[in-house]
Amino acid sequence: MKVILGGLIKSGTSRENHTGSWRNYRPVYKQKTCIDCNICITVCPDSCVVRISEKKFDFDPDYCKGCGMCAEECPVNDIEMILEEK
Amino acid sequence: MGARLVLDAAGPNIITTDATGCLEVFTTRWPQSAWGVPFIHSLFENSAAVAAGIESALKALGRTDEAKVIAQGGDGGTADIGLQCLSGMLERGHDVLYVCYDNEAYMNTGVQRSGLTPFDCDTRTSPSGKASWGNPLRKKDMPAIVAAHGAPYVATASIAYPKDVERKVKKALGIKGPKYIQIHVPCPPGWKSEPALTIKVAKLAVETGLYPVFEMEDGVVTKVRKIPKTRKPVTEYLKVQGRFKHLFKKPGGEKEIKKIQQIADENIERYGLAGEKEPVATTTQT
Amino acid sequence: MARTFTEGSKAVAEVIRVCRPNVVSAYPITPQTHIVEELSAMVANGRLKAESVNVESEFSAASVVLGASATGARTYTATTSQGMLLMTEVLFNISGMRLPVVLTCANRAVSAPINIWNDQQDSISVRDAGWIQLYAEDIQEAADLHLQAFRIAEHPDVLLPVMVCMDGFVLTHSYEPVDLVSQEEADEFLPPYRPEYYLTPKDPLTYGAMLGPEAYMESRYQLDKALRDSSRMIVEVAGEFKKKIGRYQGALIDTYKTEDAEVILVAMGSVLSTIKEAVDKLRDEGGQKVGVLKVRSFRPFPKEEVYSALEGASDVLVMDRAFSPGSGGVLTTEVKATFCGRKSTANIKGHIIGLGGRDMTVESILNVINDRAVVSGQDKVVDLNESLLGGQKL
Repeated sequence: MKVILGGLIKSGTSRENHTGSWRNYRPVYKQKTCIDCNICITVCPDSCVVRISEKKFDFDPDYCKGCGMCAEECPVNDIEMILEEK
Repeated sequence: MGARLVLDAAGPNIITTDATGCLEVFTTRWPQSAWGVPFIHSLFENSAAVAAGIESALKALGRTDEAKVIAQGGDGGTADIGLQCLSGMLERGHDVLYVCYDNEAYMNTGVQRSGLTPFDCDTRTSPSGKASWGNPLRKKDMPAIVAAHGAPYVATASIAYPKDVERKVKKALGIKGPKYIQIHVPCPPGWKSEPALTIKVAKLAVETGLYPVFEMEDGVVTKVRKIPKTRKPVTEYLKVQGRFKHLFKKPGGEKEIKKIQQIADENIERYGLAGEKEPVATTTQT
Repeated sequence: MARTFTEGSKAVAEVIRVCRPNVVSAYPITPQTHIVEELSAMVANGRLKAESVNVESEFSAASVVLGASATGARTYTATTSQGMLLMTEVLFNISGMRLPVVLTCANRAVSAPINIWNDQQDSISVRDAGWIQLYAEDIQEAADLHLQAFRIAEHPDVLLPVMVCMDGFVLTHSYEPVDLVSQEEADEFLPPYRPEYYLTPKDPLTYGAMLGPEAYMESRYQLDKALRDSSRMIVEVAGEFKKKIGRYQGALIDTYKTEDAEVILVAMGSVLSTIKEAVDKLRDEGGQKVGVLKVRSFRPFPKEEVYSALEGASDVLVMDRAFSPGSGGVLTTEVKATFCGRKSTANIKGHIIGLGGRDMTVESILNVINDRAVVSGQDKVVDLNESLLGGQKL
């Protein structure tokens, strides 16, 4: 991209930057006790939790940095953080 | 996370400013921008003044229906270097929502003390040591300062209660005139706390009374977040953060912790935070 | 067009009014106050339909016009001296973001010691801020340059902020007969501001990004190029002004009786009128071949034009109303630089004049011309009062 007018940028261009490569841990959705409370979606700082269907969730591997807040806040312990083997 | 909650609540029809700090640095590293809404970062101390300019332009151009104006800043850009511009914006009554992300230090430059750094907190410019317990000063009472300017809506909030943050943002945007919301946002590297426990740490700040969550309308406190009947002592909050660990390690620390407990007790008294109910299970409450 | 006998500040305010700014914001500081007060009165009387934001400091004034300009508004501010220095951080920001703000600088000396009278240290001190700087000699020119300033600034090939400099008190508070452009003439000359890029939810953009070592240099190079290239537009707009309004005013430089001149004086601002008087006197009384080079555009600095005007002279006497302590006159240094590596053998001598409002008389100028052969390693401080110097203790 060329430099325009002091570095003007179009919105949303950071989608190209897949920060998911930064993580060490990643969440696993066990889908055993999920009550569809959606708290995991609310607390994810990077908006990386995706609701696929009723009581079925997953994470966005492109951007999830593995902070672990979803796992920590899940009221029914349905999410576990595991070391990502790359 | 604070910014995400604010933007989720505000929707796409906003124009937002931001002061220099972590937020603008990591979201606008050319050639990429993480902002889906119109965004301008000018300088460290003028977020409020630039927002005032945007609001004036929208008025002059007959475009006030197009967007609401939200000014963002960290503690430095709000309470210290940015205080003058904020004061001017408030005093002139611009229709701007100012959001302060209070992570209690100048984090972007490496964790130095700010006007909102709490008492006895260890930072790089107020370090604890043989001759010091850390920051010897109390948090600047920004909500009171803002209210004294006659702002119609002043609120504190915490990311521990995300729905509360969103509710307050939506409410503020429905009020005409200058509004202020100060959101407590833990910074895991700066506070030396576990990233996964961020919500829990934030919650402890509120539940101990150290970070009172309340709303003020036209200068009067109208709503507070009550804390559980069985008070959590401040030690529970302090011990999960490295920035306070000197209070547990140095001899004489108990006296300092007592002082901090006193601050919490004063807050509880002042804002009427004492609740009647016991806490429910430790989930993220609304 | 109306001819009226009016105060400089008022003339400027009237021109700003017909330029139809959307947002004006300024903080009062002597000697710019009358401009700000006039504009406020115009808004109060409904003569000017703009948002007038009474800010709490010059820093905020500049920040407010920055935000407003980024939102697509035509903006204006004015300041001087301490105010200019206070808003310096924002000045760099405005030019870096390529926002076409117009600012009036009512040139005044800088503190310490505090002095409210005229010299050009304030605007000269911010010459690196990336703004176009135009210096006016009289009130008519000051007024006309503001209309041109908006046209130059907002042109898609320029998109740079413009500072119109007029000597404080000398031009802001004195009275002259001035031809003020009418609203119709202004509308014909200055189209509405329709930027391609601005803040709006309809097409969200990010302003003020962080550019690392991989791109910052290119961004600054672009700013420099834009500033240098703007000289073309400055000249073009002056031509348009002559065509549409009917008088010549503007462009990069003017020469006065330099065609056969052996001695040429160089200056900016109101002192030029006095210099021209001295030159006329010498020509009329003694036939001395003296001339004047008026530099109007200090930034971009018109190197070629300056050199062409001066190369044939034997003596070039530069009159500086601002200097860089520890180095010398600023205009002097810029003029000398244009001669570097060139054929001309003109002697260039620098003079520091009229600081802090000290008057420059015809007599002083004649002395300067007479003493031109006296050279030392430093720029000559004209009319230095030796009796005030040499003290050791209170």
